[in-house]
Amino acid sequence: MSKPEAKLNGSPHGMKTLWPWIAALAGVIVVHFLVTDRLNPYFFTILMYAGVNATLAVSLNLISGFTGQFSMGHAGFMSVGGYVSAFITTSLAASHPDLINDPNLSPFVFGGVLVVAGLFSAFMGYLVGLPSLRLRGDYLAIVTLGFGEIIRVIVLNVDAIGGARGMPNIPELSSFAWVYGVLVVTLFSVWRLIHSRQGREFLAVREDEIAAEAMGVNTTKAKVRAFATGAFFAGVSGALFAHYLRYLNPQTFDFNRSFEVIIMVVLGGLGSLSGSVVAAIFLTVLKEMLRPLQELTKLDFRMVIYSMLLIVLMLTRPNGIFGTKEITSLFKRGRRSSKGGAT
Amino acid sequence: MMTMEKMIKSSALALALVAVVGCTKKESTTGATNAAPAGDTILVGEVGSMTGSEATFGTSTHNGIELAFEQINAAGGVKGKKFKLITLDDQGKPDEAATAATKLITQDKIQALLGEVASSRSLAMAPIAQSNGVPMITPSSTNPKVTEQGDYIFRVCFIDPFQGTVMAKFALDTLKVKNVAVLRDVKNDYSVGLADFFTQTFTKNGGKVVVDQSFSAGDMDFKSQLTAIRAKKPEAIYVPGYYTEVGLIARQAKELGLNVPLMGGDGWDSPKLTEIGGKSIEGSYFSNHYSPEDQSPAVQKFVSEFKAKYGVIPDGLSAMGYDAAKVLADAMTRAPDLTNKAVRDAIATTKDFPGVTGVITLNEHRDPVKSAVVLKVAGGGYKYQTTVKP
Repeated sequence: MSKPEAKLNGSPHGMKTLWPWIAALAGVIVVHFLVTDRLNPYFFTILMYAGVNATLAVSLNLISGFTGQFSMGHAGFMSVGGYVSAFITTSLAASHPDLINDPNLSPFVFGGVLVVAGLFSAFMGYLVGLPSLRLRGDYLAIVTLGFGEIIRVIVLNVDAIGGARGMPNIPELSSFAWVYGVLVVTLFSVWRLIHSRQGREFLAVREDEIAAEAMGVNTTKAKVRAFATGAFFAGVSGALFAHYLRYLNPQTFDFNRSFEVIIMVVLGGLGSLSGSVVAAIFLTVLKEMLRPLQELTKLDFRMVIYSMLLIVLMLTRPNGIFGTKEITSLFKRGRRSSKGGAT
Repeated sequence: MMTMEKMIKSSALALALVAVVGCTKKESTTGATNAAPAGDTILVGEVGSMTGSEATFGTSTHNGIELAFEQINAAGGVKGKKFKLITLDDQGKPDEAATAATKLITQDKIQALLGEVASSRSLAMAPIAQSNGVPMITPSSTNPKVTEQGDYIFRVCFIDPFQGTVMAKFALDTLKVKNVAVLRDVKNDYSVGLADFFTQTFTKNGGKVVVDQSFSAGDMDFKSQLTAIRAKKPEAIYVPGYYTEVGLIARQAKELGLNVPLMGGDGWDSPKLTEIGGKSIEGSYFSNHYSPEDQSPAVQKFVSEFKAKYGVIPDGLSAMGYDAAKVLADAMTRAPDLTNKAVRDAIATTKDFPGVTGVITLNEHRDPVKSAVVLKVAGGGYKYQTTVKP
């Protein structure tokens, strides 16, 4: 048996640790009323994508950063969530329009849809994870890459969800509060998870699979659990994405999308939740900030600069911006400067 | 170690600062204005796939649009104002197209939006243009759903079913055939749409579809369908599929001694068609948007001007980009003022506009009623045959 009572750095106990999360949720709701319909729609769009990407990155970090499993099919889970939720809401909009159009009712409906989309995704994660997570490293990467493509090709061939033509007219149900509320909930869940006994198993698997097994950790079970949980949140973020863009197309979820999420996780630091959030927001904003440059030079250097920045960042910070540390440790260590960094 | 920390802290601070500044700036610019903007330029936004796997589509369209605005500006512009085109790349991704459209509309305050080639990107952009009340013209998105997104969304290309109608008229009037077989790809709604509309028009105007067979994209052997067709002795076969299957069908038809012309739609338009079909596909006909060989003066003028500027013969996408820009300019000339509403109404009443890709009249669904060209496969290439009016 592993020893969960071992001294854990920053492990949460009791209600005290809950307050920051509750405050964050309250903050999200306050900001929601500040920005909705007041912020310039272009900035708002970037903000929404940043939130969706942050949720995606955090969910992948659970798999790649904390459990050490290299997954390249995260866009697949996202598309499952997106399509399942969009299918439900568009069918509801056709059969029971009140459920979608009534502003008092739709948040409950949408919340339910998000959970269903996440569960569907988690189930797919479970299905894929069960056989493939016995593989390691490169092999797992290839299997998950293949899985992402399989999902995309299946979606391309299903007429009920638009096939190759895509799925338009999805009701606009995502809002700032939903996107960032989900982000807070995701962060909270993953944070609590990695500081629980289950989470310690994840970390043990990451550090040394054989040693973990010797200590009595069922490594396959731990990996599948991490995979399904990560897939759940990816599915939810896919649903949020679908109901903001209001149009889904299989092209959106190709392997480039998976790579983008991997980049966010690696750049932020494998094993750092705040790193994932910062990197996701940074990369989403960066792509848009480089647009004026394109207008000036008439050539699209956007992707070139974007890629070069990534190379420079990875050369100077090979462990990502935050390594395995969290943003909070920055301020803590600032106060106790003598402590020295634990890398 | 400390310096690195400092660096991170300061960069985090800078980031926060940028966010704050960004936020305060945003407050003042809410929503799209509907007043006619002052100044002597008309800002037009274009979203295109300038990079990514469909970059050739984006570049072709962009060149067409650019040429059109250049010519209009050289001729004095519209209402004394010159056009200024802002082009944003979407990398061929629908979500990027949506962001780019949002930026163009809310940041750059464009007065009209042109794009995208692919229906998938246009469908992501259309709701944004519609909710902001900015007229949008897509040069070549054929999915009927695009213009169904709202009354500010237009297109200058014909939608898929129309090609079926065109070919039926061509078969009756030019080929003078009465008994035709149909061979459709059941898995492809493009093909099914074309076949249905062909059958409808053909039978209504006195023709007879003697047999209707089907296949699925990816099939290699079509002998059983072709044998069934041969038994009915048709004078032509309508095969609205894609070039790969069509090439194979042409070969196998000849092997079975079925020496009748095949007919199809723009899915045939690929060099691969003659590569796969070889000699067997010669003498077949298909409908397309435009042909550089069309001897009408408008087309020849466009082809020579385009060639002078870019050094290549314009393809269909360039021609449609050109037409989209010209239709917009024409509408702006006719509009009483340059408010979005007035421009929209003017585009909606576009009638008999002499475009490169045909005479364009927009119907109540904001789709054009326009002529299509029919090409004949001959000598390993295509020969312009005729223009079919709707």
